[in-house]
Amino acid sequence: MRLTGLILSLLLLGAAIIGSIAFGITDIPIATVFQAIFHYQPSNQEHLIIQTARVPRALIAAAAGASLAVAGALMQVVTRNPIASPSVFGVNSGASFMVVVASGWLGINGMQPLTLLALLGAAISGAIVFVLGSMGRDGMTPVKITLAGASIAAFFAALTQGFMLSSGKMFDQVLVWLVGSVAGRDMHMLVSVLPYMIAGLLIALSISRHLNVLGMGDDIAQTLGQRTAYVKWMASAAVILLAGASVAVAGPIAFVGIIIPHIVRYFVGADYRWIVPYSAVLGGVLLVAADIGSRYIAMPREVPVGVMTAVIGVPFFVYIARKGRQTT
Amino acid sequence: MSKYKTYRWDKPKLSYLLEHKTLWTALILFALCIAGAILSTGIGSQFIAPLDVIKSIIGKGSAMHDVIVLKLRLPRIVIALLVGAALASAGAVLQGLIRNPLASPDVTGITEGASLGTVLFLFFLGGHVSVHWMPVAAILGAYGVTVILYLLAWKNGASPLRMVLIGTGLSAAFKSISYMFIIASPYFLANRAMTFMTGSIYGSSWVKDVYTLLPWLIVLLPATWLMARHVNVQALGDEVAGSAGANVQKHRLILLLLSVSLAGAAIAIGGAIAFIGLMAPHMARKLVGSSFGGLLPVSALIGALLLLISDLVARTVFAPLDIPAGVFTAAIGAPFFLYMLYRHRNQ
Repeated sequence: MRLTGLILSLLLLGAAIIGSIAFGITDIPIATVFQAIFHYQPSNQEHLIIQTARVPRALIAAAAGASLAVAGALMQVVTRNPIASPSVFGVNSGASFMVVVASGWLGINGMQPLTLLALLGAAISGAIVFVLGSMGRDGMTPVKITLAGASIAAFFAALTQGFMLSSGKMFDQVLVWLVGSVAGRDMHMLVSVLPYMIAGLLIALSISRHLNVLGMGDDIAQTLGQRTAYVKWMASAAVILLAGASVAVAGPIAFVGIIIPHIVRYFVGADYRWIVPYSAVLGGVLLVAADIGSRYIAMPREVPVGVMTAVIGVPFFVYIARKGRQTT
Repeated sequence: MSKYKTYRWDKPKLSYLLEHKTLWTALILFALCIAGAILSTGIGSQFIAPLDVIKSIIGKGSAMHDVIVLKLRLPRIVIALLVGAALASAGAVLQGLIRNPLASPDVTGITEGASLGTVLFLFFLGGHVSVHWMPVAAILGAYGVTVILYLLAWKNGASPLRMVLIGTGLSAAFKSISYMFIIASPYFLANRAMTFMTGSIYGSSWVKDVYTLLPWLIVLLPATWLMARHVNVQALGDEVAGSAGANVQKHRLILLLLSVSLAGAAIAIGGAIAFIGLMAPHMARKLVGSSFGGLLPVSALIGALLLLISDLVARTVFAPLDIPAGVFTAAIGAPFFLYMLYRHRNQ
């Protein structure tokens, strides 16, 4: 049953990716899409568009969406907070700060070093928020960690804007990237972040069984013989790999990490062995679909996909926040 | 001699009970503000001695000093003082109302709402309508967010927890919508809007900024101070305040409107300068305790001083770069905020 659902979701993802390749400012017939992929002719202009612009874009959206959704799912179970996600907890803003400083100020352009710096930024801000949010007698409460995340996010955002304004270089591109965008990237960028994403996903899958136990609470998990610290460290490493890599390629896209795990939990229950793969697939679907939508809202201009996810995400976010503290 | 001094007026019927300590603190802070302003006016690419600054202000300086002091530097200093005071007052009232020491216009999304209002104003009306109307746009944006926040957080009353959670979500959304318009606008407008969202008082002028902001503050600050005693009652909780004879809902609404208007007007001129509204009231509470009659003016003075110093550091330390003051307030404000979080970790 759950397996059929997963296969259906994968088909949905495939359809979304093909749709993303076909629709846009020039619509391309589906048949041409397949032709361009399997019988590529460099002289054909439509084939050229598909191979150099549309395909990388669709795949990057799918990969970034999957990473963010899985990162969100992991954070929600580790912090036992329903609105945990890379953007709310300031992980994305730390990563983007490092990228902006490195590219605008230190003049680093290579995708590899930028990705590593994004991972470093994600790790630093994530660690600060995690430590501050779990201080005190009552441990990690939703309000404490949310406030810590919000202030760290504000801190890095202000520093990022300060750097951008004082350097003045590449203002436009950085701005679009800062909202989160998957447009105008080539395959090369995806290839250089993909290993980190896959590593994060594999870690998430390998600890998913333990996450089920952790979700019952630290005390119960420890009584059942689990090394909770080990599971939490592995989960944190996975979050940093996934969030950092997706920020490096697509910018700090918000709300995907909140929305998807909740939808998935509604369908498959609280079993993380299923939540992780489902989140990955549906996160990809959401971001690819949002990216298709972003081309039509202000035709012929494009809206950054981060704006789309924010607009979709806020009603959802409010609903979850109103529903009150429900742990998993 | 008693520890307190009472001030009474018959018409209008008003009375204030102020500690002597509060009075002295306020006077010292006021003197610090004036001294800081004069000193800060003198510091820059060309240093001017404090005495010469005073001479220029009272109209007896040399022609060259007059230009630098009166035309270039003083408007910016005055704006720093006014914006800082307004933000700090707004934060103080908000903290009293929500009864949460961590509430501030930044966390609840009011700042982002005002930013969006201003960005929309620049995008759609920039060049067609006088900039004097910009505070109106910012205040409308701030009100918009407040209404949405209150409605969404309302579920048998608006709990601070829900207001904070929903506030963070709303501010993320408003921020990305602002970014969207910034990206869609031409370069010079985008740069201006971006500077605005960071919070900068660079290039303030008398006509464009000071005379736009001053009327709002002349009305709003005294009105807030008059209402301040109601915050004391509100802080006791709804039941106690009600039985003490306060019209809780009505006062809460008026206070909220005042706080949001103050924040909106300040943001319209100074941009989204972060964390002043959070830091100043806490420092003030340390100095004079939490009775609002004294807390509010002291908060305002501390806020003014904070922004004055932040702007001074931001424009001199990295010279010739003129870093937006908002970057500096965030750089000191975020650690302060985290420290507050640490202090309140067991509550």
